[in-house]
Amino acid sequence: MSALLANAILLSLFIFSLALVLTVVRLFKGPSAQDRVLALDYLYLIAMLMMLVLGIRYASDTYFEAALLIALFGFVGSFALAKFLLRGEVIE
Amino acid sequence: MKRLFPAPWLSLALWLLWLLLNLSISPGNLLLGAALGFFAPVLMAPLRPRPIRIRRPGVILRLLLRVGADMVLSNLAVAWGVLNAGRRAPRSAFVKVPLDLRDANGLAALSMICTVIPGTVWSELALDRSVLLLHVFDLDEEAPFIQHFKATYERPLMEIFE
Amino acid sequence: MNALSLWIEIPVALLLVAASLLALCGAIGLLRMKDFFQRMHPPALASTLGAWCVALASILYFSTLKSEPVLHAWLIPILLSITVPVTTLLLARTGLFRKRMAGDDVPAEVSSGRTEGKG
Repeated sequence: MSALLANAILLSLFIFSLALVLTVVRLFKGPSAQDRVLALDYLYLIAMLMMLVLGIRYASDTYFEAALLIALFGFVGSFALAKFLLRGEVIE
Repeated sequence: MKRLFPAPWLSLALWLLWLLLNLSISPGNLLLGAALGFFAPVLMAPLRPRPIRIRRPGVILRLLLRVGADMVLSNLAVAWGVLNAGRRAPRSAFVKVPLDLRDANGLAALSMICTVIPGTVWSELALDRSVLLLHVFDLDEEAPFIQHFKATYERPLMEIFE
Repeated sequence: MNALSLWIEIPVALLLVAASLLALCGAIGLLRMKDFFQRMHPPALASTLGAWCVALASILYFSTLKSEPVLHAWLIPILLSITVPVTTLLLARTGLFRKRMAGDDVPAEVSSGRTEGKG
């Protein structure tokens, strides 16, 4: 891997983590519960994209599977939280 | 043939998915993927109320290209709207779109299109499927937007699914 | 591990930086927008074009590295385009329901006759 790609990956990881920090601010600020669910969903999404970038950084396939798992867990988690806010029960 | 493969496209997609996930086309994986593609639709068939009939592949291809292009353009538009929000606040609004599309699968595809394109959020669908409540990020005027939405996305979906 | 040519590395680097900028834009939007429904739009930046950019970069990089098509990163945007509509739709309904309960200024129920909560 040349210096160009290594630096670009470093830069993009830095920008991704900046986005994570901003999202965490929204997560703590709220104000409503659905805002927090939205921010949590976005956290999962950014973490998943960062996993894919790390996979390129270390030229490894394992990160892809981690990204797939994060995507699925994020989906199930956000779905259950939103459903809970809608009705007050997860399973009817 | 019809009983063996209730959903031939689903079988093919599952087979390709298996090969992609395993990243190999060795005979063993080809066979396992084919088994998955064969058994999953047969076992799932009772869960599905109605078979899907999909017609006009040309229209599907054109719709996909259109949605892809619109996705890129509206991504840039929303990004610009976000960065520019300090100077000019985006004119967000709810829009009620009257729908002619009734097919459940078509409506599912329409909701996917709405979400894939940033700037529109599918908010609520009337129980009789006649009205759709959309939230639009930056709306110029309501009537041209509704007309554009119906002509670009709803009409092709009606041709495909009905 | 064979060295990559510069002509592959430049697009990969550009795609990754573009994806991260889109994600940052989405986070800024999430933080700055005033209203909940406005805040639902910016995250779509990362889940659509951002995810496509990263997947494309991954496909380009691994395909050149192993000198054979390695397409599995393509599954990520496909998976997202199936799961994200479900969560977005449910969250939008949640927002509408809770705002109506709180008596905020949101449109009334579009289907006449029946009310939310009696499914």
